[in-house]
Amino acid sequence: MRNLRILILFFIGSLGILLISPLIGGTRIPLSVVFHPRIEDPETMIFWNIRLPRACLAWIAGAGLATAGMVFQAMFRNALATPFTLGVSSGASFGAAVGMKLGLGMAFLGFSGVSFTATGGALLAIGIVYGLTRLKRNCSTGSMLLAGVAVNFFFASLILLIQYTANFHDTFRILRWLMGGLQMVGFEASLRLLPFLVAGLVVIAACIGELNLLTTGEELAISRGVAVGRVKTILFFAVSILVGVIVSTCGPVGFIGLMCPHMVRLLVGADHRRLMPATVLFGGAFLVVCDTVARTVFAPTELPVGIFTSFLGGPFFLWLLLKPPAGGDIPE
Amino acid sequence: MHSVRNPLLTDTALRVDSLSFAIRATPIIEDISVRIGAGEIWSIIGANGAGKSTLLKCLMRINTGWKGRVELYGMDLHRYSQRQLARRIAYVPQPGGDQRFPYTVREFVRMGRYAYAGPFGSAHSGDKAAIEIAMEQAGVTRFSHRTLGTLSGGERQKVFIAAALAQGGDILLLDEPTAFLDYRHQAEVSEILHDLNRVNGSTIVAVTHDVNAALLNGGFALALRDGRVVWSGTTDELADENCLKDIFNAEFRILDDPATGLRVVTPRRNGS
Repeated sequence: MRNLRILILFFIGSLGILLISPLIGGTRIPLSVVFHPRIEDPETMIFWNIRLPRACLAWIAGAGLATAGMVFQAMFRNALATPFTLGVSSGASFGAAVGMKLGLGMAFLGFSGVSFTATGGALLAIGIVYGLTRLKRNCSTGSMLLAGVAVNFFFASLILLIQYTANFHDTFRILRWLMGGLQMVGFEASLRLLPFLVAGLVVIAACIGELNLLTTGEELAISRGVAVGRVKTILFFAVSILVGVIVSTCGPVGFIGLMCPHMVRLLVGADHRRLMPATVLFGGAFLVVCDTVARTVFAPTELPVGIFTSFLGGPFFLWLLLKPPAGGDIPE
Repeated sequence: MHSVRNPLLTDTALRVDSLSFAIRATPIIEDISVRIGAGEIWSIIGANGAGKSTLLKCLMRINTGWKGRVELYGMDLHRYSQRQLARRIAYVPQPGGDQRFPYTVREFVRMGRYAYAGPFGSAHSGDKAAIEIAMEQAGVTRFSHRTLGTLSGGERQKVFIAAALAQGGDILLLDEPTAFLDYRHQAEVSEILHDLNRVNGSTIVAVTHDVNAALLNGGFALALRDGRVVWSGTTDELADENCLKDIFNAEFRILDDPATGLRVVTPRRNGS
């Protein structure tokens, strides 16, 4: 079957990128380290303790953010709807900043206080954006983006307020984290994120048929039998938890949710039965590649990956906004 | 199709009893009552803004919060889940430019089977056959691999009808099914609807602002004006100058076509 072949290709490609990219960098790592790890060998240490964990974290964050973007695009019926452009990442950042300021470090059930407040912030932002676009019955690209801009401003000012009132150390910590980074040692962060990624993806996968129909508009979805209100609530929660947990760990890495689903749509089409698994695999690999570039391009200095993705994403966003609407696109 | 009517059910497909619907306290339709028998063809006619589309959306429960009572095969409409409802009634929205969806025809028709899907969108055993038959009946099999955005308005309308057929219900609600279509596609769509009614025994309820489309459909007509029922009866009775003047607040002339026995209505300009 053609579909299955494409997905197997995506799977192999994604896994390959995840395993090869840690070999690249300031210190080139020979392949033998992977198969014959030697204890107390610096190259083994770099590969297994630093680079591979970092690549795994990037993969998880990329997969989650790309999928979140895909869900937003189906629900808002707009290719420009993403956690970043709608201000949901800002909301999550604000929540996380509040958590950091309050020193909510302790974790319960693997869910740290910071990721809890970040999820709350994401939900709040989604609520505001969705409410704003709902006020105008006919939600155009313009009004949706403006609502996103307004929410972004709103939360950015709140984050500034928190930074202003925080001490020098906390301010720097928040600022550095806002740039989006994946510098973590060991697999702890990945293991903490993984259950949330899996849970979020399972919930979203359970709504595959609904996502397809939401893309065709709410009225048609209702007429096909979708309980639209309930489905939207479920999806909003799933996406908020995904974005909140990822942002609280990696910072608001921007534009992944914009670029990945779009590129994947060009490759496999818009049917979410193919689009979703392909987006997960592509998004993961994409952020791994971005992070590899970010830490090698000015080696030995490592750029925060968020700077690099925004550098790519800005022009991409403008291109999507300005290109003439072609037949077969998500309506704008 | 597998939509053979259950003889144990009542012969009334839809019974609407003093249905009213308002948006922010502005009444859109008021006190509408009609009984639509199973297997009948109905045209809902009226001027722009008379509330025709709104009535259709209330019946599909796209509009909610209306007052009154609607029974579908003898059971209160509210007692159906949205999925159950979708298995009995299908809805074809008004053709428009925002329907250039990025799906292929087959993907889109397949999405009409949503109400039968299992967990994680898994396929139902009857899906394949239903999709093929629906595409065949609506005449879209020929271009089933193309995306909706690349089709003409007429082709896209037939695809929407195919998707509605795949839903497998025996009641079809259509909003201006032939508006904005060229003559050939108008004739084709009208032909498809007649075949559905004759072969499958489907109940057809079509909104139209065009009296001639209603006369061509045959069967019954319900006329709305300012959200209220002003007239209802058979389309034969509708072809009457006084009756039409009441409904549209305009003058009409009625011409007979001796070859087909059909009657055609043309508006009369003031003073002519």
